[in-house]
Amino acid sequence: MITLGNYLTVSAMLFTIGFAGVMLRRNIVIILMSLELMLNAANLSLVAFSRFHVDLRTSLPNYNAQVFVFFIITVAAAEVAVGLALIVALYRARRTTHVEDLTTLKF
Amino acid sequence: MNSATNSALPWFILLAPLASAAIITLFTRRWKNLSGSISVAAVGVTFVCSCLIFGKIDISAAPLNWLDVAGIFKAPIGLTIDPLSKMMLLIVSGVGSLIHIYSLGYMRDDDGKARYFAALSLFMFAMFGIVLANNFVMLFIFWELVGFTSYVLIGHWFTRDAAAEAAKKAFLTNRIGDFGFMLGILMIWTATGSIIFDDILPKMSILTSNAAFLTVAALLIFCGAAGKSAQFPLHVWLPDAMEGPTPVSALIHAATMVAAGVYMLARVAFIIQASPAALNVIAWIGAITALMAALIATQQDDIKRILAYSTLSQLGYMFTAIGLTSNEAALFHLFTHAFFKALLFLGAGSVIIMLHHEQNIWKMGGLTKRLPITFFTFAVGACALIGLPPFSGFFSKDAILALAFEHNMSIFAMALFTAVLTAFYVTRLVVVAFFGKPRGESARTAEEAPRVMTAPLIMLAILSFIAGFGFFAQNFLLVPHEKETVLLVPMLALVALALGALTAFYLYRNREFDPIDVDLLRQKFYVDEFYGWLIRATQERLARVAAFIDHWIINGGFVGGVSASARGLGSLLRYVQIGNLQAYAFLFGLGIVAIIYYAVLR
Repeated sequence: MITLGNYLTVSAMLFTIGFAGVMLRRNIVIILMSLELMLNAANLSLVAFSRFHVDLRTSLPNYNAQVFVFFIITVAAAEVAVGLALIVALYRARRTTHVEDLTTLKF
Repeated sequence: MNSATNSALPWFILLAPLASAAIITLFTRRWKNLSGSISVAAVGVTFVCSCLIFGKIDISAAPLNWLDVAGIFKAPIGLTIDPLSKMMLLIVSGVGSLIHIYSLGYMRDDDGKARYFAALSLFMFAMFGIVLANNFVMLFIFWELVGFTSYVLIGHWFTRDAAAEAAKKAFLTNRIGDFGFMLGILMIWTATGSIIFDDILPKMSILTSNAAFLTVAALLIFCGAAGKSAQFPLHVWLPDAMEGPTPVSALIHAATMVAAGVYMLARVAFIIQASPAALNVIAWIGAITALMAALIATQQDDIKRILAYSTLSQLGYMFTAIGLTSNEAALFHLFTHAFFKALLFLGAGSVIIMLHHEQNIWKMGGLTKRLPITFFTFAVGACALIGLPPFSGFFSKDAILALAFEHNMSIFAMALFTAVLTAFYVTRLVVVAFFGKPRGESARTAEEAPRVMTAPLIMLAILSFIAGFGFFAQNFLLVPHEKETVLLVPMLALVALALGALTAFYLYRNREFDPIDVDLLRQKFYVDEFYGWLIRATQERLARVAAFIDHWIINGGFVGGVSASARGLGSLLRYVQIGNLQAYAFLFGLGIVAIIYYAVLR
């Protein structure tokens, strides 16, 4: 029997992998992908909450969270579009996508 | 007083010199001779107006409302016309006109002639303001203004360091006196609520009810007079003020401005005389100044400095008279002194300029034939100064000596000894400067001064001769009455005169150098050195403490503390801004965790 806890564990693992990717990888494209992973980890837990939060009167799941997930997917798509465009522009300007080379914004 | 006819004449007197100063400064600066003529014309107008006012018995001028804070403070620009101010008007405008005319000759080739005459006119304006003022505030404003013009005129040749220094010294020393004067005025105002002389008079009972308060107020007012009239211990500026052009020394530092202190004390005599303690101090300071200045004068070599110390000494006499409650005697001496001292200074100026700015009496000599008119008029002034009868100085000095004889024997003794010294140093001056053989190249080739300079000398010589006679002087002021009992006094004065004059004559006849050398007197009792030490010891130490507080506590602590803490915080926080995207993301994550922790778990 798969419980809510199992879903949340997977979600936490996905989030941790995404966070580690954001923290440790140097390529902005990968970082962006890791960010997406974190978003989807959140999506997974939202869907799990929805599935396991059944209304006792109607015996239907709570769909609010699933609607919320759709919003997140939409926003993430837009974000990826903007993010990739920025990365392309950045690459054209600086000929690199490595964060270690992009340290102009400091004291 | 209500019946007095209203007249614009006093306003003419006040405003003519001001107009002259304004015109010269604004328009005619480039035309030197025109400027001189304007200034002389203005002072001529004031002299005529003064004579007209003098001729009228009842005359008044409408006061101008100036500062009026309802119920608290009222300071009009009002003009007092009474016998006292009428006499002073005549002295100031009369001596002033002669000196203006003389200046045309003396300053003939000076580059700053226009500036000189503008300042001279401004001085006349300020001096008339003092004479005519009917309240303390107006008096004080003009008091400051004469101080300022005196500063400008002493420093007329400001490219010479000595002149600039002397001007500064005069101004600063006067500031000390004026500060006391201002405190005195404020005290009187606090007590009576008025600063107008006529309004204070009926409220004297308020002042007299508190004797200590009154004495302090009177002494503070005297402090102002002592500064302006160069009484001990504020006398140090006057001898140095001789760096100015000689007509300035004659007008401001002998005849008028330095006498303003005496005039002011006579004007507020009703306050001063209510305090016996203050009177006593004034009398003693006057006597001490007279004696000290006379002692110093015996050992000076500069012709103008000798005259300056003699002015100090004579002003000391006047203050003694004020302190012994006789304004009449003080003003009588002021009256005669204005003439003969102006004469002596102008005579000295004539000698100086004809000898090409030679002021050392030991480089003169043999001038009796070279400068006959100057010598003759100078001799008249000298006779008046030492009090040789029947010259004017005899009468006025005798009045003061008689007064001292009546009231205070020790002051009388000091005054009499001063008279001996006066005769001594004046004779020394005349004998060394005019008699004997010429001791300098310029003295050998000197020629008589031009007529524009000798004419005022002759006029002043006549005035110096006749000013003391009862029938002449009584028209101008109340001459103190001679008493039968003190016939001894004129005899003693004559003995003193003969003693001093004969000693000096035999000691200094045909000398090439000074046979007496008293360092203490030559160095003016080391007063300047003492003040220098005092300032170093007190003011400089105070300044050092203030500098420490300013530099380390105000600047270093408060201002520097704020900026240093901001800068320190900034330099700490800058290490957060490392430019690494992932570090920012990490901090961002930490922040989120902290917020969640706070919101959920707390």
